[in-house]
This record gives sequence, C-alpha cells and structure tokens, in this order.
Amino acid sequence: MANAAIELKNITKTFGSVVANRDVSFTVNRGEILSILGENGSGKTTLMNMISGIYFPDSGQIFIDGKEVVIRSPKDAFDHKIGMIHQHFKLVDVFSATENIILGLKGKDKFNIKESAKKVSEISHKYGFDIDPNKMIHEMSVSEKQTVEIIKVLYRGADILILDEPTAVLTPQETQKLFAILRRMRDDGKSIIIITHKLHEVLSLSDRVSVLRKGEYVGTVNTAETNEGELTEMMVGKKISLNIHRSEPKGCEDRLLIENINCVSREGTKLLNSVSFTAKSGEILGIAGIAGSGQRELLEAIAGLQHIDSGKIIYNDPKTGEEENLRDKTPLQIRELGVRLSFVPEDRLGMGLVGNMGITDNMMLRSYRKGKTVFLERKGPHDLAEKIISELEVVTPGTETPVRRLSGGNVQKVLVGREIAAAPTVLMAAYPVRGLDINSSYTIYNLLNEQKERGVAVIFVGEDLDVLLELCDRILVIGSGCVTGLVDARTTTKEEIGLLMTKGKGEEA
Amino acid sequence: MLAFLVSAIRLGMVFLFGSTGEILTEKSGHLNLGTPGIMCVGASCGCFAEYLYLKSVGPYASPVLAILVAVVSAFIGAALMGLLFSFLTVTLRANQNVTGLALTTLGIGISDYMIAKAGTSFGRASKFFSASLPFADDLGWFGELFLSHGVMIYLAIAVAIVCSFVLSKTRVGLNLRSVGENPATADAAGINVSRYRYVATCVGAGISGLGGLTFIMDYLNGNWEYCIDAFGWLSIALVIFTVWKPNLAIFGSIVFGALYIASSYIVGVSFAGKELFKLLPYVVTIIVLIFTSMRSRKKNQPPESLGLSYFREER
Repeated sequence: MANAAIELKNITKTFGSVVANRDVSFTVNRGEILSILGENGSGKTTLMNMISGIYFPDSGQIFIDGKEVVIRSPKDAFDHKIGMIHQHFKLVDVFSATENIILGLKGKDKFNIKESAKKVSEISHKYGFDIDPNKMIHEMSVSEKQTVEIIKVLYRGADILILDEPTAVLTPQETQKLFAILRRMRDDGKSIIIITHKLHEVLSLSDRVSVLRKGEYVGTVNTAETNEGELTEMMVGKKISLNIHRSEPKGCEDRLLIENINCVSREGTKLLNSVSFTAKSGEILGIAGIAGSGQRELLEAIAGLQHIDSGKIIYNDPKTGEEENLRDKTPLQIRELGVRLSFVPEDRLGMGLVGNMGITDNMMLRSYRKGKTVFLERKGPHDLAEKIISELEVVTPGTETPVRRLSGGNVQKVLVGREIAAAPTVLMAAYPVRGLDINSSYTIYNLLNEQKERGVAVIFVGEDLDVLLELCDRILVIGSGCVTGLVDARTTTKEEIGLLMTKGKGEEA
Repeated sequence: MLAFLVSAIRLGMVFLFGSTGEILTEKSGHLNLGTPGIMCVGASCGCFAEYLYLKSVGPYASPVLAILVAVVSAFIGAALMGLLFSFLTVTLRANQNVTGLALTTLGIGISDYMIAKAGTSFGRASKFFSASLPFADDLGWFGELFLSHGVMIYLAIAVAIVCSFVLSKTRVGLNLRSVGENPATADAAGINVSRYRYVATCVGAGISGLGGLTFIMDYLNGNWEYCIDAFGWLSIALVIFTVWKPNLAIFGSIVFGALYIASSYIVGVSFAGKELFKLLPYVVTIIVLIFTSMRSRKKNQPPESLGLSYFREER
C-alpha cells in the first residue's frame, strides 16, 4: 500500500505461558483514524505497547513508511514519530504541564521552560486545545491531564498517535471535543490509532476498524460498510443479545434512607452536598454521574469508610424491624449490628483484595473472625473459593494463585463473588464492570439481578448509560456532589440523564 | 559565641555533604539507608590513600596533591558503595531498605579494617585541609566566621549549590526528578531509568563520602576518634528537614551542627543532659515531618516512588 504509515506483520508476544498477541498483522494509512476493537484481554494494549516500545515482540516485523524498523524502547518509537497516550496517564504530579511535555527530550537548543511553554501554547491553538502550560498536574482534571498527554506527543512531532481508551474517563461533552480535535489532526495528515470497546465511538469516529479476539487478529473493515452487530460478532465470535434481563421489583421496602448527608474534604471542598435518597429492597438503584462527582464518597460514607459531617444514614433491619443509624460507625461496627453492606470498591486491588494473596486468603479477609480457635480455619474459605471459581468461571490456575496475577475481569468476579457470599441485604457495587469484556459484564449483571430478586437492595454505580438504563429500576443522578435528579430507568432517556449529569457543575447549589 | 558558630559551620558541612549526596540519590527514587556506612567508607578510603601518599613522598608532600588524593579516593570509595547499592537494587531488584542497612554495616566494617591498617592519626594530612586564606585573621569576626575555614567547607557549599542548580534548572535535573517521582512516566518519555538511578546513586554516594572525610580531616583535625556512622543517620534526617532541597540544606546543616554541639557550649550540663541535647536534631526532624505532613503540600513531599524499585514489564 502506497500511503501506509505503519504496517505490522505477524507480531507475536507471550508473557510466560500466556499468549497476548499471536500473528497480528495490519496497516494504518496516513491521514486516517483506525480503531482497534476487542474485548478485555484481547491484547489491544499489549500490541500498542509493542509499537510504542514498552514491550518488545517475540517475533514479527514492523514497517514504517515501507521500511522495516526495530523498536526497542520508547525512545526508538519517538525517533519513528510514534506517540502513545496511555490509558493510565504517564505524568509527574509535581511537575507543570510544560515540564511534563518536555520531559526526556534531548534538544540541542538551550533548556528554557518559557520558550517551551510558548511552543506548547502554539500547539494548543493549532488544534484547539485549552490548557495552561504552567499549571501543575496535580491541580488538573482528568480531561486536562489527557490534553497534556496529547500535546506531549505532538510536541515531539509525532505523526502516528496511539490513544488507549481515551474516552473512558471523559464526559460525553469532553469526548465530543476530543473527537473534534482528533479529526482535525487526521485532516492534518496524521495517523491515529484509537483503542476502545465502545462501539458507537468506533462508528462515529474512525475510518476503519481492526478487530482483535483473544490476541488474534480477526479482520479490518471500513466503518462506513459495517454496523454494531457485525463488529460485536467479530469481537466476541458469537452474537450476544444486547438485552439485559430485568425483572419487575417485588416487595419493595425502604431499606436504606439517606438524609441530607454532607461531606467536606480536607481541602475544604464539598464532596457531598445535602444528598438524600432511599434505596429499596428488591430493586436496583443506579447512580449515574461524571467520574469524581462524589459517587465514591457516597458509597464509602454508607460503608463507614468516609467521615460525614452532617446528615443521617438510616438502615431498616429486615429481621427486627428496627432502625439503625449507620453514621460514624466503623465498618466492623456496622457488621456487628447485623447490618450487612457488601461493598465492591472502584479500585479492585487497592481496597477490595490483597494482590499477593490467593483467592482463599482473600475470602478469609471477610470471615477470619468467625474462627473459633486461635488457628485459622481454612476449609470454609477454601470451599467458598472453589465455589466462586466454578460458578463464576474464574480463570485461574488454582485457589492459591495470587490474585494480582489474574486478569481484571477475573479479579472483579472474585471480589463480587465474595461480597455476595456474605448474603447481604444491601449490596453496593461501584463500577463493577469497569474494564470487563462483554461476557464477564453480563455475568456480573446476572449476579446483581439475582441479588435483587432475593430482596437485596442493590446500589449500582455505573458509567455506561446504556447499561444503567437497561439494568436499573431507578437512577439517581449526581453532579458535583449534589443530587441532580432521580428518574425511572424504564421511561427516561439517555439525553435526560446526560443533561442531569452536567447540571450540578457551574450552578450554585 | 563566635567559636560556637564556627564549630557549628564546620560540623554542619559534614551533614551538608552527607545530605546533598542523599538528596541526589533520593531524587532518583533510591532510599539509600547505607549513607552512614558510605560516609565511613569515604572517610577511611580518603585517609588510607592519604596515608599511602604521605608515606611514599616522605616529607615533600604537595598540599594540592595531598588534598586531591584524599578527596578523589574518598569519592571513588564511596561511589563504589553506591554502585554496589545500585547493582543490588536496580539490577538484582533487592529491597532498598534491606540493602541500605546491609551497606551501613558493611561500610562500618570496611572502615574499621582500613583504619586498623593505616592508624588513627592523620594530623599531618589534616594540616593541608585546615589551611585557610592568609588574610582571614585580619578581618575580625567576619573573617573568622566566613573565611577561616578549610577547603572542604567551601567545597561542600559549592557542591550543594551546584546540585540545587542542576536539579531545578537543567534538563538532566528534570529528567532525574521524573525518575524519582514516576519512573514509568520517565521510561515512557525515553529516559533511561536504570542509568539515571545508577549515576545519581553513585555520584550521591561519592558526595556523601566526602562528608566522612571532612569530619576526620577538618572537624576532628585528623584524629580518628570514633566511628562516624551517627552523622550518616543525621544526614538522612537532614534530607527530610530540608524537604529534599540542597540549597535549604546549607542552612539546615548549620542548624543541625549547632544543635548537635550546643551542649558543649552551655555550662553546667550533665553528661546525660549532653546526650539529650544530641537528640535535638532528630526531634526537630520529626517536628518538620509533622508540619510537612499536616500541610500536605505536594511540593514538599518526598519523591513519589522513593524506595520503590522499577521493572518495566511488571504487570
């Protein structure tokens, strides 16, 4: 192909016995946006890491402008004008935007921050970014950080840009802005590779789509000639019904009453501002909002992990019919009261599980107090671990394999499985499907539905509006720590929720 | 009072060398707890080389060469300890804390052995180090306070200023700081993390080693009276005290020096009381830690990945 900017031939990469990529080949042309589509663990990020020099392929060839190249380090990648914007931003928190952008550059020119800042501003103007070159990274929003990342690769004169799930952390409006910028870059003659698993983004943004499945290359199609159904089929290998099962809520009682809770951060900003709502048994209450609007703090407040400054959290005990105020109780006290809150934190390995321990040991974290002797009783937790592995189809070599070695989806299954095993009356799940492929996501949805049918009050914090609309019974929308709306998931529209999500911002509440 | 200040400065510069080196090391993300041992090795290597040099040239020693021999040997000896630390933690991926503590023990052992060989008296060599500007005495208190010192004192301040400049104003400094803050980011930016860590740790150890030499040759006037590892720990404390800034360390080191010797200049303090006084630098360090933690300013925090090893392909 005459205008191929980069061409991959038979790339293979293994990690130990796990094959991350096998015989992957595709081309990207100048002035085009190519989407790499695939489920989790299909090897998208690994493949891109090989182009950007983080990993080195075991075999295969990479051609740039028709010439074979060897990319051994990120520096080599820069030399070939390849720039990657990682999913996890690679920025130094205590540096300014400009310092981050020029980091690692070996210019012959004099080291001059002011000159560099000026150049950063020029690039911002050219493509329509909005950034203060002297702002420190730790003071920036996620979207600003991403902007810094993109300018960083442009500053180095990159012609081939790789973006790894760039929209995962953005609001719909920010996403639109980003897409406009990407289109402008494409028209400027740059090649853009975007990794994503959001189908509508693939269809609206890219010129062509390459699909990976379990590390293997499935094929490339022109976006104009395809549709969601075909792409999904290429991705998962079989047709999956997009309908999430939803039963009618039965026997609803008020389980959890949140009344006017306020929460102030150490810096003095309001994390939660007079939040009130009711969670009912036998229904799934969805919580929608832009990332960082207070979802995490809300769940943590209920679970007893976050101090609240005022307000009440009333729990109706289904056994005794008594009301308990959970405010300012420790998680242990909450458990001892018979109040069972199962909490699936956002950060799976950080707060939920101990990465270096096996599944059995992680099960014991919740149950070790039940032991009667000073010695640990391993049998119960071991059986539970076996049960979770078989019922949730966790892929692991055994119950003693450290959970950090499992893929994201499997880690999530272990975590959710453990929380459900505690037979909760209230189950809170924050982004339980984040980073999961479609099949694993459905497993999680089914688990949540099962709990709902058992009369559990399920609180589901999600980011995909389509899922929220199909899975939940009611959706609570929060924006900047305030409740901006409570809607019936069966009758509302995406647009309505999207509007409510952005409402809290800029308004004096 | 004047004598007290002069003494405080002379002792302070021992800390200044130690902590400038440690700051450089820590900025690369290495928490080198081997500094006490490294300072011992620096001192003993410098003394040992000086002993050999003076023995070989007899009575006709060149002052410049004498100083150079000791300084270069001290630097190289200490830098080799830094190399060992880097090899263990970067290449063999050993735990930094354990490695550092092992180096401290090793360093003390090495220096004890070398001093056993070379003797404990370096009075002749010390004369070269304490030589000061000839007109210093004519300038009264000003001369005594600022100009009466030996060469190592000025070298310490110069090194601290150069380090401060390199860290904050140059490309190399920016790269080095990024390696200590976020090595994955630095790596993705095309910076050779391992090389920066090796070089920073070796140079840092070398500079720390000069502190040991300064203590023996300048502060103790060439008498190896006791092992100097305590000053290594104080240097590490000083790094925290000065919130990882070599230019602040210049003043911080003099404060530490003053606190450490204060007891000797106050009449009527019992022996136990003196030891209590020597605790002061550590107490001050803890207070500084409390304050910087309370204010939780990002600027004054240790490098983010301090003490953490970096492996590129770890998942």
